[in-house]
Formats: sequence, C-alpha cells, structure tokens
Amino acid sequence: MAEKPKVAFYWCASCGGCEEAVVDLAENVLDVVAAVDIVFWPVALDFKRKDVEAMADGSILATFLNGAIRNSEQEEMAHLLRRKSQLMIAFGACSHLGGIPGLANLFDREGVLHAVYQESPSTVNPEGTRPKAAYRSNGHTLGLPHFFHTVRALDQVVEVDYYLPGCPPTPKLLLGAVQALLSGQAPPKGTVLAPDQALCEQCPRKDSKPEKLEITAFKRPHEIVAEDDKCLLAQGLLCMGPATRGGCEAVCISGNMPCTGCFGPTSRVKDQGAKILSALASQVEGNEPEEIERILAGIPDPVGTFYRYSLPASLLHRKKQSAA
Amino acid sequence: MREAELVELEKSGATFEPRIVAFFCNWCTYLAADLAGTSRMKYPPNARIIRVMCSGRVDPQFVLEAFAKGADGVLIGGCHPGDCHYQEGNYKTLRRVHLLKTVLKGMGIEEDRFRLEWISAAEGDKLRAVMTDMVEKVRALGPLRLELPKEVFEEEEVAV
Repeated sequence: MAEKPKVAFYWCASCGGCEEAVVDLAENVLDVVAAVDIVFWPVALDFKRKDVEAMADGSILATFLNGAIRNSEQEEMAHLLRRKSQLMIAFGACSHLGGIPGLANLFDREGVLHAVYQESPSTVNPEGTRPKAAYRSNGHTLGLPHFFHTVRALDQVVEVDYYLPGCPPTPKLLLGAVQALLSGQAPPKGTVLAPDQALCEQCPRKDSKPEKLEITAFKRPHEIVAEDDKCLLAQGLLCMGPATRGGCEAVCISGNMPCTGCFGPTSRVKDQGAKILSALASQVEGNEPEEIERILAGIPDPVGTFYRYSLPASLLHRKKQSAA
Repeated sequence: MREAELVELEKSGATFEPRIVAFFCNWCTYLAADLAGTSRMKYPPNARIIRVMCSGRVDPQFVLEAFAKGADGVLIGGCHPGDCHYQEGNYKTLRRVHLLKTVLKGMGIEEDRFRLEWISAAEGDKLRAVMTDMVEKVRALGPLRLELPKEVFEEEEVAV
C-alpha cells in the first residue's frame, strides 16, 4: 500500500479556535484521517519538535499553521515546518493577516510587557519580575523565547502557498482545501481558498441594502435591537461586509451581528482597513466639517475596528515607533 | 557624491529634504500648479505631483501606500466645495480625509504630514503658500522613518 500523504498542524500566536475548527469537521474528520497521516499536531498528538527535525525535508505534504508570529520560538517553528513541507498553508486570520494578536502592533514591546507584568489589575509584582530569555541555576540554563516588538503574519516570515481565511476558517472551507490538495487540483500558489467576492454579494440581506446608505449616525450593537432581515449598515451598524471576503456563509449576519472582517480583503484590495474607511466615510450624510465630525465620532476606535484582524498585513504594518 | 553617501547624510538628518506626494485634481489644483509655474512663482521643489481626475479618486490606500513607501508627507488638492467638476467628489474626499486623519493619528503619524487643501485653478498663489508651509512643517518634523527597527533585545539573562 502506498504511503499516505503526511499532514501537520501547528499553532503560534492564536487562541486555539482554529484547532477547534479542525475538530468541528465532526464525522468528516474520519475521511480526512483515512486519507492522510497526521504526523505532527501538538494540541492532540504526542509528537515533539525533535520528531519533526528528524523528518526529511519536504516529506510533509502540507502544514496547516495557525496563529501569528510573535516570538522567536514561533519563528523557528515556522522555518522548520516550511523546510519539511511541500505546502505551507496559513490557517486562520492570525496566520493569514496577523489577526487579533496583531492589534498589539499598536503598542511596542515595552508597552505590552509593562501592561502585562506591572499594570494589569490582577498582577502583584512589586519586584518587577519580567520573563527572561535565559535563566541559570546550578549550572543549568532554562530558556524562554524572545518576545518580538512586532507581530507578523505568516507570509512575512516564510513563504506561504495558500491561505485559509477566517476566525476560525469554517469546516467547509477546510474540507474543501484538503480535498483540493489531495485531488491534485490545487489552485495557483498564493490563492486565498475562499470565494474572491465581498461578503455583501453573498449576504442574505443583500436585497435590503440601499443604493446610497446616507449614514446619519453609527450605532453599536448593544444600542439598538436590530431588525433581523434588513441590511445592518442601513440600520446604522458598522458592518465590514463591503470590504471583507465572503465564504463564511454569513454566520455572524445570520446571528444578527455585523461582520467584523475576519476573512480579510478580496484579492483586489491591499489594505482592508483603508477600504472600509473609504466605503463608510464617503456615504456619511453631511457636507460640513462639523456635521461629518459628529457622525464619525460614532466610531470610537477606527483603527481597532477597521484593522481588527489585519493590522500586521496592512500597508503600515504597525504603529510608528517613537525614536528610542 | 555617491548615492549611498547622500542617503547616509540624509539619514543622519544633516541634509533632510522632505518628500511630499501631492495628489492634485485635474480641474482645479493641477491647473493652479500650472498657473504658479507660468507665473514664475517660486516654491520648494519637494513635492512629486500626481494628477488625478478628481480628489475623490484618491483612495485612502494611495495615501497609506505613499507613507509606507517613503513619503514624509501627503497633500491632496481639490476644487473648493461646490465647485467639483463631478459635483460631489470633493465632499467624499472631505469625509474620507476626516476619518483617515483619525486612523493616521492612531498609527502614530503626525497630523502635519497629511493635508487636504481646496485650491482653485485661479489660486496659483495659494498653491505656492500651501507648498511652502507644508514643506516647512514636514521639515520641522523630520523624516517619517516607518521602517521597522531591528529586533534588539536587552540582556535577557538572569543567574541565580
């Protein structure tokens, strides 16, 4: 019997939700396991880094790596798995675009460490102890990874063959991707494995989206009871649908919540945040600066809202660091 | 002097010349720049002018990309409100610029580096004044320097 293709899963800076997405394949996971050999999956299987190091270069068909790259260990693992794999697949929003951990790029390394080890309400740390990369005791040295200034998406660290978008990717997309890879009908390198179309095009409420939005106020989800069949933008909610790739089956919209943009932009867009900014601002109803200012003040955190999942992959990557 | 030495000098701040990317609308501000030229008005040569059909054509991505690729400042010039050749393109610009300014502030880019001005085809003198003022303000701020510093870690060892 011919050897089954080998597949690896790994996580970096992420919450674990993408690992859940694999489990969410439910009974389909049996088909996947029947077709491939999972050779590395720290969250579920007891293979170690040394096992991966012992494999021949290129011997893994595909690595599905979720999570952003935020410390030196993650960077090393990304390089190692890249070397051992024929295909590297950025799995989920963090790996694809930087994701929620990427919002740390609005701060610098010192700011993050200070907040976590000094400022947070649950921290008691009068000595100001901080994690160190090396700790020597009785002739032994214990190591911790270096914590980087800047969070990066996977393709800013190693070459990536495909992207599976989403926070997390839907089981349907994952299954489709695995089937495409196994059937040898893989799309061109660099493809995001989801429809190249804005979410609005696939939205069940598409027909209720007016030609012109004429936004007079932005409302937040807790401030209104949203009608469940009307375009959320038309109800004043900030929905990222116009600037976000579809393929998620509009699950948030179906739950009567606006899109937050986790699938990232379509292939025609370089910067998702700039695009939603453009789409929303131009439809604000007002020609006087004061009026415009008043309406736009209804978006309390534009950077965090527009770049919720895509700051590291955006044109500016991170907040400018003051000269240190 | 060799190119590399010039770059070195500029990096050291000794010979900083601001690089301004200017998006001018075809119908008003670009003509104002023409007028300033034919009237032999003098203003600093720091702007690279890009002619667009309307200030409303300036996608916020253009502004971010200009900054990301090395511009120290970005200027958008359009027709006065009410005078847009396409009726309301400049109002769209105005609204986008308001929001883009908030985003740029959040990204740590100083306010004086990004500017929107209404300059009609007859206002060569205003163009000269705006250019001069912007170059001076950006010169005072210094180079934008968005490139990421190398990851340098302080001595991260502790012995017990």
